[in-house]
Amino acid sequence: MEKTAVKRKKAAVADLCVACGCCVKVCPLQAISIWKGVKARVDESRCVGCGRCARECPASVISLKEVQA
Amino acid sequence: MKKRWYDYLWIASLIYLILGFFNILFAWLGLLCFFIPLLLAIFGGGKGYCNRYCGRGQLFALLGGRVGLSRKKDVPGWMKSKIFRYGFLIFFFAMFFQMLWTTYLVFAGARDLGQAVTLLWTFRLPWHWAYHGTLLHPGVAQFAFGFYSVMLTSTVLGLITMVLFKPRSWCVYCPMGTMTQLICRVKAGKE
Ligand code: SF4
Ligand code: SF4
Ligand code: SF4
Repeated sequence: MEKTAVKRKKAAVADLCVACGCCVKVCPLQAISIWKGVKARVDESRCVGCGRCARECPASVISLKEVQA
Repeated sequence: MKKRWYDYLWIASLIYLILGFFNILFAWLGLLCFFIPLLLAIFGGGKGYCNRYCGRGQLFALLGGRVGLSRKKDVPGWMKSKIFRYGFLIFFFAMFFQMLWTTYLVFAGARDLGQAVTLLWTFRLPWHWAYHGTLLHPGVAQFAFGFYSVMLTSTVLGLITMVLFKPRSWCVYCPMGTMTQLICRVKAGKE
């Protein structure tokens, strides 16, 4: 049987991130961190696309995008 | 998630505001919220202050989150734009230097101590009950009144945007946050 491509969601951070770290605090998988105090970065191998970070982000700069798994 | 000692720093922020209500000289402690973030950002701690130690951010997160005082709506686009954030930073500093100038005038004896807290750079609130004289120069108290005004103003602005938008909306345009991010950007760019 052929394997069907599974669509998964991952968090993606836009450029206007203010590096406040609110997303880091709520991620249950520690998949997000603040790179050098400049911007949040998502470790896609850990992120499960739950969207908690996106809901928390005060600047609303996190979106969930679909990626091929 | 496991709570750490610094997750309770919101209590310190709250106590700070209360202490300033009874004795304005406690306002000097607020300098900690000014120098710690800057020193962390300059000496390689990144945005460690915002990310871990800022009690004010935690207070908004708590009141807007668990207490439920926030509409949890997205902030408008202009609020997170660079122009607004940097513009607010410049405005905030201009007001800050004006406050330092007033303090200087009192130290120089060219101006009398104003026993008031100025809210939102406009409204003068009577605050004389928090001043019991000082063994030091009245300028010391003038700075305390000025600094407490800055802290109260930012708290009130933060509370308003907390209610209207997401709990920690203040962090989007907080001058300390903008400034520390700017320092980190410059440092990251240099490396
Ligand atoms: S979507 Fe969920 S798992 Fe992914 S970074 Fe955000 S909080 Fe973490
Ligand atoms: S919560 Fe939003 S603005 Fe803050 S660090 Fe995370 S992505 Fe950036
Ligand atoms: S942006 Fe300002 S209020 Fe928010 S965590 Fe940083 S210093 Fe605190």
